[in-house]
Amino acid sequence: MKALVAVKRVVDYNVKVRVKSDGTGVDTANVKMSMNPFDEIAVEEAVRLKEKGAVSEVIAVSCGVTQCQETLRTAMAIGADRAILVECTEELQPLAVAKLLKALADKEQPQLVILGKQAIDDDCNQTGQMLAALAGWPQATFASKVEIADGRAQVTREVDGGLETVSVALPAVVTTDLRLNEPRYVTLPNIMKAKKKTLEVVKPADLGVDVTPRLKTLKVSEPPKRGAGIKVPDVATLVAKLKTEAKVI
Amino acid sequence: MTTLVIAEHDHGSLKGATLNTVTAALQCGGEVHVLVAGHQAAAAAQAAAQIAGVTKVLHADAPQLAEQLAENVAAQVLALAGAYSHLLFPATAHGKNVAPRVAALLDVAQVSDVTRVDSPDTFERPIYAGNAIAVVQSSDKVKVLTVRTTGFDAAGAGGSAPVESVAPVADGGSSRFVGREVTKSDRPELTAAKIIVSGGRALGSSDKFNEVLTPLADKLGAALGASRAAVDAGYAPNDWQVGQTGKIVAPSLYIAAGISGAIQHLAGMKDSKVIVAINKDPEAPIFSVADYGLEADLFEAVPELVRQL
Repeated sequence: MKALVAVKRVVDYNVKVRVKSDGTGVDTANVKMSMNPFDEIAVEEAVRLKEKGAVSEVIAVSCGVTQCQETLRTAMAIGADRAILVECTEELQPLAVAKLLKALADKEQPQLVILGKQAIDDDCNQTGQMLAALAGWPQATFASKVEIADGRAQVTREVDGGLETVSVALPAVVTTDLRLNEPRYVTLPNIMKAKKKTLEVVKPADLGVDVTPRLKTLKVSEPPKRGAGIKVPDVATLVAKLKTEAKVI
Repeated sequence: MTTLVIAEHDHGSLKGATLNTVTAALQCGGEVHVLVAGHQAAAAAQAAAQIAGVTKVLHADAPQLAEQLAENVAAQVLALAGAYSHLLFPATAHGKNVAPRVAALLDVAQVSDVTRVDSPDTFERPIYAGNAIAVVQSSDKVKVLTVRTTGFDAAGAGGSAPVESVAPVADGGSSRFVGREVTKSDRPELTAAKIIVSGGRALGSSDKFNEVLTPLADKLGAALGASRAAVDAGYAPNDWQVGQTGKIVAPSLYIAAGISGAIQHLAGMKDSKVIVAINKDPEAPIFSVADYGLEADLFEAVPELVRQL
């Protein structure tokens, strides 16, 4: 069976982002971009399922600007077999991405779609669930363990208060949590091999999807700064301050 | 204009996050109804009826709703959605699981982790791990939101709304509940605790983590939290993780012991009222957000703190 993995190009998680002074957004010019960390975990899981023989082909998909090709090459260097870029320059919101992925799923007929649980730029945590809804498939979100057997996926999920296990009929959507796996490092030979793999480029219009944003961002601002704190010399002073100054204990 | 809050509950009682979500719902204007979907959850429905400001409780009771599977709960919400202008879920693991499914089926965008309601169609939410705040406006006919509970006070008691039974939806059948492993804890719930004692990688082992931090938490009646590094190293269970990818907390006192203060951790706790940092490294970023910083070895400072309290 085929597995489809969705990957997003985002500002690298180590970068301290700056809000543009005109309040229109975050400055992403000349900032290091990488694959969303949760998506790396998604690609790794798909490749591991292939190595175990549960999956026959791994297709990486990304939606966005031309430079997303780099992200797809990284996915192929991890082990994805081929890639599809849905190229567009407009802002893409989760609902639009979910519709694009649904259209690709109709075309490619995967039994499993794996996504990260959230992107670290918009922090939405929506796309996987939306795709499952649009496709009419079951979902297993925030996965920390995935097992495929007998046309079902048994998935352990991280929930508030502990872990929960569900069994979903395939085709299904799985979104990854941090502890699902540790993504492998891409090696130079694999980077070279990835350059030879197929990367197909399509447009939203080819898929018949309207990607017009539904939410309008009116303003982006810096979060309120915390007042400067003080350093205390010893535990006694700390206790005194907490009791008399902050009055929290 | 009427708002429906989808309650999170354990059948016997409501989860605290539901109360914060009701407060956000009241700020959207109009009446507030609460949906309690579950199996034999009459007690939770009664609890919802007593929340101040709630005018009606809808109670859907069926075995297929017992385990709160996203497919069935989303279908239940959709069956009722026609009467509402706003659908609000707490931004907990459960709310985040279900809300986008509902939004997609209604063909509307969802606004995640709302921290402020500016007007019935304009909301504030943090992006980039809380390093920027976006104000977004929705033109969709139905607003589907998840509510960051630390952004809103808990709604009080004193209501007496009628509880109305609604027809449960049929089982979707594609998803099955297998089992649950609950982390046992006698402590206050992390997201609702007034005081949190949190530990990082510097604790060095799971034994040390418990040995050093438990007495302090006991003394303060605090919940225990952990950084992602401590969780990944296996010193603390997953659901103690505070941060962008774990729990978002805003207690009145947050004590960070041996936590450097990576962006992803700060995103989960920087709205705490008072932050105390105990760290050996004077350059640790945690000191830039701490109200009181103590540059010391936590293995000496924490036991000393316990003695002096």
